Amino acid sequence: MWKWFHKLASPPHFYALSAKMIPWFFVPGIVLIAYGSWTGLFVAPADYQQGDAFRIIYVHVPAAYLSMMAYMIMAISAGIGLIWRIKLSHAVAAAAAPLGAWFTFLALMTGSIWGRPMWGTWWEWGDPRLTSELIMLFLYFGYMALRAAIDDTGKADKASAVLALVGAVNIPIIHFSVEWWSSLHQGATIVREGGPAMPPEMLIPLLANIFGFTLVFGALLLGRVRTEVLFRERRKRWVRDVVLPAGAEA
Amino acid sequence: MSTHTPAPPGLFKGFAAVIRRDVLLAWKRPGDVLNPLFFFAMVSTLFPLAVGPSTEQLQLSGPGVVWVAALLATLLSLNSLFLSDFEDGSLDQLLLSPQPLPLMALGKAIAHWLITGLPLVLVSPLIAVTFQMDSAAISVMMATLAFGTVSLSLLGSVGAALTVGLHRGTALLSLLILPLSMPILIFGARTVALAASGDAVAAGVYFLAAYCMLALTLAPFATAAALRISNE
Amino acid sequence: MNDVLAMGGYGAYVWTSFGLTLGVLIICMVQGRRRHARVASDVKIRIRAMEAE
Repeated sequence: MWKWFHKLASPPHFYALSAKMIPWFFVPGIVLIAYGSWTGLFVAPADYQQGDAFRIIYVHVPAAYLSMMAYMIMAISAGIGLIWRIKLSHAVAAAAAPLGAWFTFLALMTGSIWGRPMWGTWWEWGDPRLTSELIMLFLYFGYMALRAAIDDTGKADKASAVLALVGAVNIPIIHFSVEWWSSLHQGATIVREGGPAMPPEMLIPLLANIFGFTLVFGALLLGRVRTEVLFRERRKRWVRDVVLPAGAEA
Repeated sequence: MSTHTPAPPGLFKGFAAVIRRDVLLAWKRPGDVLNPLFFFAMVSTLFPLAVGPSTEQLQLSGPGVVWVAALLATLLSLNSLFLSDFEDGSLDQLLLSPQPLPLMALGKAIAHWLITGLPLVLVSPLIAVTFQMDSAAISVMMATLAFGTVSLSLLGSVGAALTVGLHRGTALLSLLILPLSMPILIFGARTVALAASGDAVAAGVYFLAAYCMLALTLAPFATAAALRISNE
Repeated sequence: MNDVLAMGGYGAYVWTSFGLTLGVLIICMVQGRRRHARVASDVKIRIRAMEAE
């Protein structure tokens, strides 16, 4: 088992293996998203409180969930890279950041759009999740900015790893503080997604979308890690053999 | 004649030496203490100027404004935490010394607080009074600012260590530290607002104290790691 | 069909959200592929340059 793990951490093996893995993530993911979205949009019954507007949940929840999962992946792989000095791990962290930022942006946009018919405003500071999500977007930007500011890849890896870990420790604190802060304002209506208990006709497409988006995220992540690996190893022999296969010269 | 290498100073002596050095340097350059203080006062003044002098508005916004101003003033002063040491080579000496680096990092952060945070806490009542804060609110404000500025010095030292010597380090430092300091700001400002309206403040003060303890125990290690990384 | 588009009056909100989501997914895919192609071609150029010496 460790032998397989060591093999995986070796860049040329990872590069070859991930190429085969990506379709296995992407295709089932797209299928699940198609099923979940179709069912969620046209088959699931309208919510008695929010009407058809609640259907935004089918994209908002996956986006929000993935934005947080991406940060965890980023922080954990950065930590592994820092502690065990596995370069591939650092590549995963670097690749996860922009994807996480995109999904955070998406969660904020869909959350805001959902909020307009529900609360009457495009932004509700009193909603703790929206505010925490915004702060997490700032954390992503800080991470990417730090990486961009350091030229040496190894140094950038380690410095941003420290930042990612400090951020990871702070995320629960941020969530807690924003919850407390919003609870002080009694008037804030917190959207309970779909109501206190979701009937299966509503829940199943949601789960399908969550899984589907996660799989697609995985495919996107693998793709970006491949690119990172190619770039980082660009001076190595194996990269030459991959990019210019024997016999293909001019 | 036997050669006698003197033993390196003990832990506490080394720690105290770091603090003493920075405080003495600041003593010789009063600007290091005064500039952030004036910045604090000026930023606080911006809000009434921009928003209007009505007493009601001042009382409502006072806690928040004082806290934001304190946060910004602290951020401004954090950039230079390691910068002058980096430039004149003392940072290298610090990294080479036999003293444990986290302890040295803690010393730098405490010194930073003594130079910027503590004066800020002591001056804050003057600002608070202009916002029509009563004495109960002011004492809560000083308590929250005390815990908060210590936490900020510690959190900020991590950011300063990560960005020391980087191009446009100041802007980057703010970008890194601001999201992380939002919980401190939230609890600090809202607790003072609760005090002003006569509500219970224990929860907020306890949270800030707890965060401060967390920062005291964890931040020095992160700062030490960041210093080694930035200077390899 | 009109019912579907109207979404009980919330059509603009629902369809914008789904459209935005699709858009972000497509951007991520396209951006990823482009970046990979660019890195690969840069590497090729540099290898050829080095071997030409």
